[in-house]
Amino acid sequence: MSDNSLRLVWVYPDLLSTYGDQGNALVVERRAHQRRLDVTRIDVRSDQPVPTSGDIYLIGGGEDRPQRLAAERLRRDGGLSRAAANGAIIFSVCAGYQILGHEFINDLGEREPGLGLLDVVSTRGEGERCVGDVLGDIDDRLGLPQLTGFENHQGITHLGPSARPFARVRLGKGNGTGDGTEGAYNDTVFGTYMHGPVLARNPQIADLLLKLALDVNALPPTDDRWYEALRAERIASATQPA
Amino acid sequence: MSGNTEPLSPRAKLAVTAGKAAAAVSRAAGRGSGSVIGGKVALRLDPDLLGRLAQHLDVILVSATNGKTTTTRLIAEALQASGPVVSNALGANMPAGITSALAGGSDARYGVIEVDEKYLSGVARDVTPKAIALLNLSRDQLDRAAETRMLAEKWREGLAGTQAVVIANADDPLIVWAASSSPTVVWVAAGQEWKDDAWSCPSCGGVLQRPSDDWFCGECGFRRPAPSWALSGDHVLDPHGSAWPIHLQLPGRANKANAAVTAAVAATFGVPPQVALERMYAVQAVAGRYDVVQFQGRDLRLLLAKNPAGWLETFSLIDPPPTPVILAVNARGADGTDTSWLWDVDYTRLAGHPISLIGDRRLDLAVRLEVAGLDFRVCESVDEAVRASAPGRIELIANYTAFQDVRRRVGN
Repeated sequence: MSDNSLRLVWVYPDLLSTYGDQGNALVVERRAHQRRLDVTRIDVRSDQPVPTSGDIYLIGGGEDRPQRLAAERLRRDGGLSRAAANGAIIFSVCAGYQILGHEFINDLGEREPGLGLLDVVSTRGEGERCVGDVLGDIDDRLGLPQLTGFENHQGITHLGPSARPFARVRLGKGNGTGDGTEGAYNDTVFGTYMHGPVLARNPQIADLLLKLALDVNALPPTDDRWYEALRAERIASATQPA
Repeated sequence: MSGNTEPLSPRAKLAVTAGKAAAAVSRAAGRGSGSVIGGKVALRLDPDLLGRLAQHLDVILVSATNGKTTTTRLIAEALQASGPVVSNALGANMPAGITSALAGGSDARYGVIEVDEKYLSGVARDVTPKAIALLNLSRDQLDRAAETRMLAEKWREGLAGTQAVVIANADDPLIVWAASSSPTVVWVAAGQEWKDDAWSCPSCGGVLQRPSDDWFCGECGFRRPAPSWALSGDHVLDPHGSAWPIHLQLPGRANKANAAVTAAVAATFGVPPQVALERMYAVQAVAGRYDVVQFQGRDLRLLLAKNPAGWLETFSLIDPPPTPVILAVNARGADGTDTSWLWDVDYTRLAGHPISLIGDRRLDLAVRLEVAGLDFRVCESVDEAVRASAPGRIELIANYTAFQDVRRRVGN
């Protein structure tokens, strides 16, 4: 492992890797390699300390009990919070997104404290689960193309004043608050309800994480024809009446 | 308790007759085998019918995420050494389909019943089984199914205090958690390649330690039970330490595991392992799975894999490169509509095979394989994919509705 290597940390695959979350790590790794970047992937199990020297942290989705266990262990460990304080890039999905907020409802129906790295609070929806394809527009400031993904959650996430919505949905529920927002971000910490996995359906988001990590404005181009074909198909399918 | 000692009540008989009539109408209308509609009609007329039909049988239930249809077939084959068997061999595994299957076997001694995971506890309550075989639990269709660990928890509650002998896989921690509330368990070391749904202890949530084939929780002491039966390579080891060779026409490690469980179930009913294993050889294909069909001058082997654990087991049984492989994936209702699970499958195992992609969601597969660094060809149809492959054996791996599409097209 060289000192120049980009350190990609996948947080708690033993607890938070339920909906193909490994895909996000694989896509970041692949797109870094295609740019001839040296990447070290570090998978951190929940009985291991989270390193504080990572560049990009990925945290995925999970079932209700593993989510509570993950929150307990991340709070106790403190590594991810210290990394965030150092300006690390964190990209979180679904259960992981809720954990980054101030609190969420755990499997016992109780309010569980999160890490407070995003100014959001999650509750549990009373209605039907939000399940299905999603289409949205990512926040203008990020300069990214349309968001496509698949959501499957019962959670509702309310954004506080220092969190910006990551996207606005055209189709799907997103944060479930009824205001059309999807996900949240603040500086280099991101949260989304999108599976798919989201970085496979939106490789430009993976590139954004790499650009933030490298502190560059652009990356060499890659052959994205299969991503583009998949995106076109999913976007067309989402906009077609069923 | 076996045999037809008590006749069915007039109401139950009426329900069976009405169910058969509805099934016949459904078949005549070209709407499938009619087993589910027949069972629904019969159950509406007599809600206790399932229990009543089962009273006359020694019932064996089989449930799992993967392998339940095949294992049901193997057990049915093995138990025929001891008496006539009725079984839901076509995989209609919810209460209506089960009722319909049992109604068709008035002379049977044994009822060998595949049960959908969600219905196991309820069916076990209704039919008072003599034995229950539990093979494995892993992630499957998470957009519509219960969480995997919750399923194990429900089994555990539903099977607590059951009179049945539970024959369970000691190598799957979720199965062990589900089965260990039962008073009588026969543990079988049947193996489980897929481990990613059981890294946290089902009992206390601690991180499971998994050195080689063992597993245990360092925090609460929940651990792999000592098995009395085991799969060891190509042999089944029985509780006396004798090794019985497995000869199957069905390929792969997973089917050897299914055979080991079947041998343990058969022994519960007095059928010796040697007899059970000899009878299992007769099973060649199960509802089209593993069938080799001639299509456009090639030998197409049809393999069904519905979830990451199933794909993993399937990769281990296919012929080595340069045998061409066709992958087919749909995401219709019966498949689960979320394709994220493709990213839990290690496709690098296919390196060296020429690969063709078909199915509604071939572009999801294309991105998956691109990221895995594999070469592939995207095709519009199975015809095109077969034409693009060299003559000889082709391995075709498909998920549920994609498999049915292919079967229809290749005339199997």
